[in-house]
Amino acid sequence: MNELLTCVDLTKQYGSKTALDSINLIIPRGRIIGLLGPNGSGKTTLIKLINGLLSPTFGHLYINGMEPGPETKKVVSYLPERTYFNSWMKVTDILNFFCDFYADFSRVRAEDMLQHLGIDPKARLSAMSKGTKEKVQLIMVMSRDADLYCLDEPIGGVDPAARDYILQTIISNYNEHASVLISTHLISDIENVLDDVIFIQNGHIRLHASVDAIREQEGKSVDALFREVFRC
Amino acid sequence: MPWTLDDSRPIYLQLEDLIKARIIAGTYKPGERLPSVRELAAEAAVNPNTMQKALTELERSGLVYVQRTSGRFITEDTNIMKELKEHLAKEQIQLFLTHMKQLGFQKEDIIRLLTQEIKEEI
Repeated sequence: MNELLTCVDLTKQYGSKTALDSINLIIPRGRIIGLLGPNGSGKTTLIKLINGLLSPTFGHLYINGMEPGPETKKVVSYLPERTYFNSWMKVTDILNFFCDFYADFSRVRAEDMLQHLGIDPKARLSAMSKGTKEKVQLIMVMSRDADLYCLDEPIGGVDPAARDYILQTIISNYNEHASVLISTHLISDIENVLDDVIFIQNGHIRLHASVDAIREQEGKSVDALFREVFRC
Repeated sequence: MPWTLDDSRPIYLQLEDLIKARIIAGTYKPGERLPSVRELAAEAAVNPNTMQKALTELERSGLVYVQRTSGRFITEDTNIMKELKEHLAKEQIQLFLTHMKQLGFQKEDIIRLLTQEIKEEI
C-alpha cells in the first residue's frame, strides 16, 4: 500500500472559525514534503489532526488506513512546535522515556547524533539554550523508525550550521517506506531537500506539486513563488 | 567543486550538469564507480529522489551505466566523452556570442578580439 496519509473532506472548526475547510489530500510513501503557508493558514491544525491531538469536525483522516489512535501513534513521529519535556529532565531521562514509549526508537542513533552536535547526555534541559533544547527534541523524533515524521517548524530556532546538520539528518534517514512532512516558513533553506510542496491558505490547499515541476513551469524557486502567491 | 544550485531551473537538471562537469574535470574518472545516490544526495544536500532522477538522466545519455548489484559507473566510451565535451563547449561559446552581441559587437570584431586575447595569453 503506497498511500500513507489520506485526508477526505477533512474539516476543523474552532467555534465559528474554520481552520481547515474540506481538505482532500494523499501523501504517498518515500516523499519529503514541505507544508507551507502564512501564519494562521492551518498548518499546525493539520499536523495536530494527524497526531490525534485534535479531532476533525467533519471528514476523515487515515494513516496506513487507520484513523488516528494508539496504533497510528506507533508509526507517526511528531515534533511539536513547542517542547514538552520538563526542564528538570536530563537528556538521559528523555532517552529512557523514548526507549520505554516507542518500540521503534533507536537509542544508538540518538546518542550518535547527540555526540555529533556536542550535547552532553548528562546535561539538564534547564541549563540549555532554546536552540539546544530544540536540537535534543528533533534528535529524539528523528531517531525513531517511523512511517511518517511530522515536523512542525523544526529549524526555526537553531543556528545555520545546526540547520544544515538537521537537513543532512533528514536526507540520510530517508527511506522509501517513510515520508517526512515539514511545516516551515524558511522555504529557501529546505527547498532543495523537498520532493513536493503543499501551499495552504485560509484552510484550503492552494497548490500541491513537486519542487521541480514548479521550477519547470514557473521558472522560479518555490520560495519566490510563495512570496508571489502570498504577497501581503 | 561545490554543489552550487541556483533558484530558477529544476534541481535535477542542475545536478545532472554538475555531475557532468565533475566527470569532465576528472573528479569521477572513466570506469570508476559513482558514489551511491544516498551519498551523492547527502553531499549535495538535496533530496535523494531528485538525485536519483538526475542519475537516471545521465544513464539515458549513456554517460553513466548501471551494473546490477554493484552500482553506477562512468562510461569508458571515449566518443561519448568527446561528444559531451564538445556539447558543453558549444554551450559556452553560444553564451559568449550572445553576450558579445548584447555589447554590440559584430562577427568580425568578435573574431579579432578573440584572436588578440588568445595571442596575449600564449
